Amino acid sequence: MSVGATALKVGTLEIAESREASSRRTWLHLLLRNRIGTVGAIIVLLVIVAAIFAPLLAPYDPADQQAARLLRPSGEHVLGTDELGRDTLSRIIYGARVSLQVGIIAIAVSLLLGGLLGISAGFYGGIVDNVLMRFVDILFAFPGLILAIVITGLLGPSSRNAMIAIGIIYAPAFARVIRGSVLSVQAEPYVEAARVAGVTNGRLVGRHIIPNIMAPMIVLITVYLSSAILAEASLSFLGLGTQPPEPSWGGMLNAARTYMEINPWMAIAPGLAIVIVVLGLNFLGDGLRDILDPRLRER
Amino acid sequence: MGRYILRRLAILIPTLIGMSILIFLMLRLLPGDIVDIIAGADAQADSASRAKLRDAMGLSDPLYKQYANWIWDLLHGNPGLSMRSGKPVGELILKALPVTIELALLSVLIATIVAIPLGVISAVKRDTGMDYVSRVVGLIGLSLPNFWLATLFLLFTSKAFGWVPSIQYIPLFEDPIGNLRQFALPSFAIAVQLMAIIMRMTRATMLEVLNHDFVRTARAKGLQERIVVYRHALRNALIPVVTVIGFQLGSLMGSSAIIEVVFGLNGIGNTLLQAIFNRDYTLVQAAVLYLAVMFVLVNLIVDILYGLLDPRIRQS
Repeated sequence: MSVGATALKVGTLEIAESREASSRRTWLHLLLRNRIGTVGAIIVLLVIVAAIFAPLLAPYDPADQQAARLLRPSGEHVLGTDELGRDTLSRIIYGARVSLQVGIIAIAVSLLLGGLLGISAGFYGGIVDNVLMRFVDILFAFPGLILAIVITGLLGPSSRNAMIAIGIIYAPAFARVIRGSVLSVQAEPYVEAARVAGVTNGRLVGRHIIPNIMAPMIVLITVYLSSAILAEASLSFLGLGTQPPEPSWGGMLNAARTYMEINPWMAIAPGLAIVIVVLGLNFLGDGLRDILDPRLRER
Repeated sequence: MGRYILRRLAILIPTLIGMSILIFLMLRLLPGDIVDIIAGADAQADSASRAKLRDAMGLSDPLYKQYANWIWDLLHGNPGLSMRSGKPVGELILKALPVTIELALLSVLIATIVAIPLGVISAVKRDTGMDYVSRVVGLIGLSLPNFWLATLFLLFTSKAFGWVPSIQYIPLFEDPIGNLRQFALPSFAIAVQLMAIIMRMTRATMLEVLNHDFVRTARAKGLQERIVVYRHALRNALIPVVTVIGFQLGSLMGSSAIIEVVFGLNGIGNTLLQAIFNRDYTLVQAAVLYLAVMFVLVNLIVDILYGLLDPRIRQS
């Protein structure tokens, strides 16, 4: 046997081994190996825990106005108090609830609207595809935050309307990616086989198409969740999102503009909270993209 | 090339019509009757005077007729009168336009100057400490809310230098230094996020381009690495980067709106927000349309540039 053949054999063996290894390595394993992704996942997890256990973690009631006003940080009030004497740290912890809730529901709205548009367009093709996608293009052509400002402004400022507005502005992005994924999955032999076997449309979408577009969806959801949280903060900052006295980070920053000369911590702390959550989601999104997009992984 | 531009223009028209219909419907179909809001201040207004107001504003016409009237007036350069101040809407917007345009241009300029070299270095020194640091800094930049940055800037300058931004707009051509002083901080606050996006895009496309055969050829024939990177690779990597900058202009307008509020600059975004709070529907309608049209036109210009830079695009 020549040296070349041995090398070839060793080569195939290696390929076989690495294949086995990669099937054993689930994407969770890969995520743990990806440093940026792991850091992101930990941050996001901590924020979720803080939001869920806010009543246990917060040192004070977020609406309690017992303390002196505009206190600087101290042992009693770690991040100081605001213009009504409410504890800033407690309000930030409760603010995580508002932020995550609005973000998650908004993205659920985007996913629903975008999914409906994208799956119908990709699945039916032809005129349906053309009409729906032109509509998506037009919606996409609007500057997102401007559209959200107008929608919340007209519907009336509230966190519910902020969810609707943010949901609408990100729907076109979901529609486009979902349509693209549906088209590529539909070209797969197994979908064709299922069609030939007489599977109904609904079942085809539910059993074959949706499960196979999950990977790009997970990345998209993570990335847009961070945008949605930023958008909620922006709207609340402008007075168009979550309304006082409910503690939202954007709203707290808005109030801080008046009082920050006296107590700068009012302007610093809520912003840091936003940065931490958004950074966590962006890290996680980057990590997930590295893992779930094989094209990028090879590089 | 002429045919390519014509084709792009042909796509533009239905988009503009669609956008105008959407804006129009949004303002008519959302809850809250304009007449009730205007008459609301006047408790004496009975149903007869309401009907009169409705007729005078053309609101009792069928929707398609209202839309047609609006477009007809728009095409004649008459977007209507502000419901709050009674001034022509076009005038209000023209006054606000230079502020928004200058903010947008300055922030793109700042972002590009910083981001492209950083992206190139990150790609060339891939997987080194330098690359790692700039990627993390990029992600942090993406996560900084611009209005928070702007607030911190104001806090810092007032605490450290006792400097407060002037409320009066200083035109660029009257007092360039005063103008730049007024615009530097707001533009920088907008630029940070854009910087992160451009840097990440430059890094990604540079990595791709550096793997191409022509780069290997350039290296093989003994060109200096610097020339290979900047003259051969970067030029090709820039095309998608230019597109990304074009796409970002939409979010730039959103950022601009918030930053204008923080710094008290009277741009289109700020005008729009005030109009929303005042329920000044003619002004809202016109301001949104202006912003949307600006965004679409800039993307058209980007598309045309793209065609000029890459002959393959205009032939497809």
